[in-house]
Amino acid sequence: MAKATVKFSDIDLSVVVPVGTRIIEVSEKVGSGIVYGCRECDCGTCIMMVEEGMENLSTPSMLEDQVLRDNMAGKEFRLACQAQVLGDVTISPV
Amino acid sequence: MDGMPITGTQAVAIGSDVYWIGAFDPSLRSFDLILKTANGTSYNSYLVRGADGVCIVDTVKKEFQDIFFKRLESICAYDEIKYIVLNHMEPDHTGALPELLKRAPNAKVYLSFQAQGMLKGLLKEGAENLDVTAVTTGDSIDLGNRKVSFINTPFLHWPDTQCTWLEDCGMLLSGDLFGCHFCDERLFNDLVGDFRFSFEYYYAHIMRPFKHHVLQALDLIEPLDIKLIAPAHGPILREHPREYVRHYHSMSVPHLRREGEITEKTLLIFYMSAYGSTGDMAKEVLKGAEQVSGVRISLYDLEGGEMPPFVDLIEEADGLVFGSPTINGDAVKPVWDLLSSLCSIHTQGKLGAAFGSYGWTGEAVAMIEDRLRGLKFKVPVPGVKVKLIPTNEELEECRAFGRLIAENLTGTNAPRVIDFSDLL
Repeated sequence: MAKATVKFSDIDLSVVVPVGTRIIEVSEKVGSGIVYGCRECDCGTCIMMVEEGMENLSTPSMLEDQVLRDNMAGKEFRLACQAQVLGDVTISPV
Repeated sequence: MDGMPITGTQAVAIGSDVYWIGAFDPSLRSFDLILKTANGTSYNSYLVRGADGVCIVDTVKKEFQDIFFKRLESICAYDEIKYIVLNHMEPDHTGALPELLKRAPNAKVYLSFQAQGMLKGLLKEGAENLDVTAVTTGDSIDLGNRKVSFINTPFLHWPDTQCTWLEDCGMLLSGDLFGCHFCDERLFNDLVGDFRFSFEYYYAHIMRPFKHHVLQALDLIEPLDIKLIAPAHGPILREHPREYVRHYHSMSVPHLRREGEITEKTLLIFYMSAYGSTGDMAKEVLKGAEQVSGVRISLYDLEGGEMPPFVDLIEEADGLVFGSPTINGDAVKPVWDLLSSLCSIHTQGKLGAAFGSYGWTGEAVAMIEDRLRGLKFKVPVPGVKVKLIPTNEELEECRAFGRLIAENLTGTNAPRVIDFSDLL
């Protein structure tokens, strides 16, 4: 199974995960400061900053794009409840 | 008229071509389930007339829409309404919106970017053919001889909230900001009864969890030449409006300066102990944390304190550690009392952790950690559980736990790499 590394820079912790893992599946378990509300791509609470490796996350859906626009999020942000890890990334809470 | 209670169905002029068209709800005794309202409340809506048309700012709770429309009709025909501004999407301010949109079908709706999804949630299919414009700070509507401008003030107290600014007359239509639940038909702050307690009570329950957003909003509001503040609840603040702005500022910053270096992190350890074991663990957690410089650590026995001062302490702290024994499969009640009191303050991003002694099962630590995550704490250091009396090795584990928490607070913790399977 292909693996990738997610680095949570706010707690200086890296987790080696199977490719396809969503950030939400990992961040709470490790105690990162990324926080969640609806957990289903509606409220925008889980907006996170992608410090490195944006290209290594799954492409955002139209709905996620809309939520990011509604929250005036720039191009370096994604929703942690939606983004799947395809390669190495470094992320942090906003 | 001035000084007399408003008893009819007329709009009330609050400035040049600006009118109050709201409603009074004097019999309400509890708002949103969490606020007591000894004086009831009001739902303030405003009408702004310009050379090129009329703009309505906010509406009222649906049950009060009849009086809202009567007041509106007293000064305006529906085909004059060009714009509807929604400063806040909560139903007490948007309850009359569906009917207003039917009566003024050509009106354009202006709201914040964050309000767009909420509008769809409120109107459902009725939102599909609306002319909606999302706005932020710096945007404005031109009414011909006057401008209606917008100030983006999110999280006061919902993500969507904004203020509307009439520069020509110095009026801030502030939504819930600077509001209070105080129903008095004399309407203006220089005429109504003493509402100071309501103003502060409202802030404490509605705005306090968002203090840093209040300060960000005040950065935009304080430079304005404000002559009058027209909030969405309570008296219109036409006498000394800036004093209310200053009071918001003072309520949003610490009252007593914290001792120590400003760069120092603060760590509070709260514990309860039935037979002394969790208390012993707490002292070792403190000793461990003390090994890290740049952290100011405090230890509190919950048995000896009331909750409100602890909540005040927690509001300013960077890290919190909770120690509880497990009794009947649960953390003890004072711990839950404290943890359930924290929704009135901002806790997101604080560092949290838990520890405790137990006799049979030891669920308390994991339950506290779950609650801390629910409060949006970071919980990067796994808790420590000890069965009954801690051994020297277990006390050393507590010291290591305290040290690791302090290192995480100061950012001096060593980078770690783990495998996903370690988390399952």
